[in-house]
This record gives sequence, structure tokens and C-alpha cells, in this order.
Amino acid sequence: MAGYLLRRILLAGLMLFGLVCLTFVIANVAPSDPAALAAGPDAGRSQIEQARRDYGLDKPLPEQFLRYVTDLLHGNFGRSVATGRSVGTDLARYFPATLELVIVAMTLGVLLGVPLGVLSALRKDGPIDHATRIFAVSGIALPPFWFGLLLQLGFATWLGLLPTSGRLSVFTEPPDPITGLLLVDSALRGNWALLGEAASYIVLPAIVLSLPCLASILRVNRAEMVEALRMDYVVAARAHGVTPWRIVMVHALKNAMLPTLAIIGLRWGWMMSSTVLVETVFDWPGIGLYAVSSAIAGDFKPVMGVTLIVGLNFMIANLIVDLLYGVLDPRLRRA
Amino acid sequence: MSAVAEQAVAAPPRRRLRLAVWLFTRSFSSVLGLVLVAAIVLLALLGPWIVPYPDDVQGGINLANKLQPPSWQHWFGTDEVGNDILTRVIIGARISLLVGIGITAAAALIGVPLGILAGLAGGRLREVIMRFTDLFLSVPGLVLAIALVAALGPGIVNAMIALILVWWPGYVRLAESKALSIREEPFIEAARVAGAQRSRILWRHVLPNSLSPLIVKMSMDIGQAILAVASLGFIGLGAKPPTPEWGAMISIARGYLPEWWWYAVAPGAFIYLAVLGFNLLGDGLRDILDPRSNRG
Repeated sequence: MAGYLLRRILLAGLMLFGLVCLTFVIANVAPSDPAALAAGPDAGRSQIEQARRDYGLDKPLPEQFLRYVTDLLHGNFGRSVATGRSVGTDLARYFPATLELVIVAMTLGVLLGVPLGVLSALRKDGPIDHATRIFAVSGIALPPFWFGLLLQLGFATWLGLLPTSGRLSVFTEPPDPITGLLLVDSALRGNWALLGEAASYIVLPAIVLSLPCLASILRVNRAEMVEALRMDYVVAARAHGVTPWRIVMVHALKNAMLPTLAIIGLRWGWMMSSTVLVETVFDWPGIGLYAVSSAIAGDFKPVMGVTLIVGLNFMIANLIVDLLYGVLDPRLRRA
Repeated sequence: MSAVAEQAVAAPPRRRLRLAVWLFTRSFSSVLGLVLVAAIVLLALLGPWIVPYPDDVQGGINLANKLQPPSWQHWFGTDEVGNDILTRVIIGARISLLVGIGITAAAALIGVPLGILAGLAGGRLREVIMRFTDLFLSVPGLVLAIALVAALGPGIVNAMIALILVWWPGYVRLAESKALSIREEPFIEAARVAGAQRSRILWRHVLPNSLSPLIVKMSMDIGQAILAVASLGFIGLGAKPPTPEWGAMISIARGYLPEWWWYAVAPGAFIYLAVLGFNLLGDGLRDILDPRSNRG
């Protein structure tokens, strides 16, 4: 187990280094000149050269790479050339909003996806199974940005039930962050009005973000449950008179959960990525919106920072899944 | 179902085809997928000849007619400069289909040879190819595509390049795992013993046997690529207005919500139906071509 763990962690570290190299290469194949962008549209040649020196862009590439890596090791993601602000500070400010959205969406996906998967496996080829199949296929095909606009139109504009966009009303003073997750912070402070407001703002974006994830958890869980329910040990348990509830919940679901867990790990990373679209639609002040506005301005440092953070999240999620596999599947522990 | 489908593999070609067609048409969702894909392809092929207002394709300006609600003259209404939305959505099918097929084909052309090479060569070469592939798979596609577009500059061509660079690793994975399992099959051994050349083994034995999962994946990926291009168009990094690309249209239409809601509805519905069609078609093809891997 320890060897397995160590190997996984080492591999993740290597991948992370690879990712750092990849972002550096992408930033340096760019045809546009970051120094010119930093100096501003009206800058003369001398000002551009000055900016080039300020940002260390005049150094040879290997030296720039070395500096990039050592800076990252110190948690320094560089400065945005458009705003001059530190990308690390910006990321720390925007990341909690994204994290909160992804956590809520993932909770929604798991809480609905797993039971619906079990239900459709139990009623295989029945009306519920067909309904969830159509729902799942639609969930993957719906463009999230369009679905978000439709929900805004329906629930915010026409029904007036929920707010359209943002994380809080513009009139509400955001509280000093404890964790940065508004739902958690307001609960910790006992500020129930704020909790209610934050919750009403997160509902629509979380639904949009969770839909593809919910769909794929449902499909995988259904397929695995169908498989598991056909196994000999289920027949044996039934012959022994184990109650159907126990057969489904303990014998079959426990085995079906392993592949489902792998999908949850994958989807965590994908959510961090598709949140870009959801945040754009709902003006959610997270790293996705930050990446998009920087990308449009041709400002790479923030985009590379977001890429690294999303990649890191993806790796950590997969690492955790691998470790959970080791805990849940005794065969892997011995290997 | 899968037992029947597996028989199909053993039957002679003509009966195999008939069985496959029968299996395919028995499933409602597969047929729905085929119908949707056929409709999109027809719209894309016939587009310029069937649109009701050919002058609106390039984005004419007819302000007297702007932001009209859906009517018999304009089924989906008109946009902010008075163009017929139906016309622009039909022309959009052309762009999306072309881009979706282009991205998928290019990704497969890069990925499949690399994957087969890795699977057959083994050793150091396989290690290098697969680690490089894993690297590209270590960041979710959309974020990597945004990073690439940020570096290359916005625009539909750059969006396509970025998505191809994001998409090929999936094909390496698929082709490698197929090549690895086929390599162990007795018929490869037999071909080698019979003195077949390496290239012949590749071309006549390995490739045809990895074709089924490849076709299934490509069908699914065309849908996903259409969605990805529209997504980049929507956030302003893909096609630029007034190009009638679906995602870019929605990004403009967003500014006209909620009063002129129909503007955003039509392009989004077309994206949805196109992606749905390719997904259902892929699912249906998997049931008949590759029944054993029917999962998820």
C-alpha cells in the first residue's frame, strides 16, 4: 500500500512539472508581444523595452524558464500585464467562489446521480430507465451556456423566483472571508439572512454546472449496478434470504461505487473547466470568469495561472480517487 | 441483445449487415440520432440554396426589420440588424459541421498512428508517447483550449487548432489500448509466422480490428467538438460576429435578453439537437459495432 501510494504521488508530481513546462511553452509560442501589451497601446519603443526588462522578458528562454519554475515554487504566478496585479493574489481571491460552486454542483450530482442510477438499474428497460436515459443523454448534449440563459430567463426574469447573476446582490456588503466560501462563512457567523441570499444566488449556476456530471454519474452507476446485480454473489445472497434492500444497498452498490468514484474524480476536474462557461453566463466571480476576461485581453499570465490551478485540482482529485480505490478495494492494497 | 450482436461478428458479410441494420432500427434513440444527424448534414449541404433570405447570410443591414418576433415571414424572428435568424442558423450548421468534422478527423489522424505505434513498439518509445499524451490529458480540455487560444489569438481558425491540440490524446489512448490487446491475438502471431511484413500486419490486421471503437468515438467527438467550438464562440474566443456561428450568435443574443428572448433560442436549440444527434448515433453504433464495451 505504501509503495502504491508513493508511486502515485511521485507520478502526480512529475505530471505537475510537465504541466508547468506545457504552460511555459504555450506562453512562449504566442505571436503577440506581452511587453507591448504591458507598456500600453500608446507606448513608444523605449517604453516597450523598459517593460520587457521589468517583466524579465529580455532574458534567454532557459533563464526565463528557471525563473518561472522557482517563482511558482514560491507561490508566485507572476503579474498580469494588463492590470499589473499579482496573479497569485487574484487567484486566491477568485478561487473560493469557483470552489464553492463546484462543491455545491458536485454534491447535487452525486446526491441525485447515484440514487437515480440505482433506480434505473433496478427498473432496467422500464419507463423510469428510459426517462433517465433520455435525461442523461440530454444532460451531456445541452450547451451549458444556453441552458444557463434559459434558466435565467425562466426562473429569474419570468417567474422572479431567483436572482439572475452574481454571487450576492450589489447592495449586500460581502463579509470578511473566513474560508472564502460564502455559504460556510455566513453559517459560521450565524448570519442566516446572508446564508439565504448566497444560497439563492448559487442555485441556478450549480444546477447548470452539475447537469453533465449528474448525467454521467447516473449512466455509469446504472451500468455498474446492472452488472453487479447479475453477479453470483447477489444470487447467493438472495438464496440465503438476505433482504432485497440489503442486497442492493450493501452487496451491489458497494461494488458499483468503485467505477462511479472514478467518474466523480474525473468530473471534479471537468467541472473546474466547464465552470468557465457557467461563470461567464452568471457573472460568477470565480477563476473561470477571470481566465476568460484575461484571455480576451491577450493577458497570458492569469490564463496560465488558472490552467495550472485547474490541472492541479484535476491531479489531486485523481490522486484521492486512486487512494480511495486502495482503501476500498483490498486487491489493490496487496499489489 | 449483446449475445445477438456478438453473433453478428461471426456471420457472413451480407447477413451481418442486415442484422446490424435490424438491430440499429430496433432502437428508437439510434434512429432518432441518425435522423438528427441526417437533417444537420442536409441543412449544411443545401444551406445556401434553401435559406429563405440569402442576402442575410453575409450579414446585411436592414434596421427597419430588426428584432422582429417569430412570424410566418421569419420563423425564428430577426436579429439586431434585421437579419433572418432562421437563415443564419442554417448557414451556421455548415460552419459547425465542417469545424466539428475537421477537428475530429485531424485529431484522429494525429492520434491513431501514434497510438498504434506506441502499442506495437512497446518499450522506450511507448513510454515517451504515452507520457506525452498523459501530459495533455492532465488538464481538462476546455481550459487548455482557452490557454492555447489566449496564446494564438481569438478567431475560429485558432479555436480549431487549439481544439485539435486538445483532442488528439484521446485517440492515442484508444488506439494504443486496442493495439495492445490485438497484438496478443493468435491471428497476429499467425500472420507474423507466415512472414507478413510489419506494415501489412498494421494495415490489414490491426487497423481494421480497431475500427469499430474508433468510429464510435469519432461520432461522439464530432458532437462534442461542435459544442466546444460553440462554447469558445460564446465566450468570445472563437468565431467573431457577424460570422453566423451558433455560439457567437448566442453571445450577441445574450445582450438582447430578456425582451428579445427568441434571438438566443434558435441557435442554442440547433447546437443541442446537433450534439444530441451525434451522441445518440455514436451510442447506437456502439451497440452494433462494439457491443462488449457498452458502458456509461
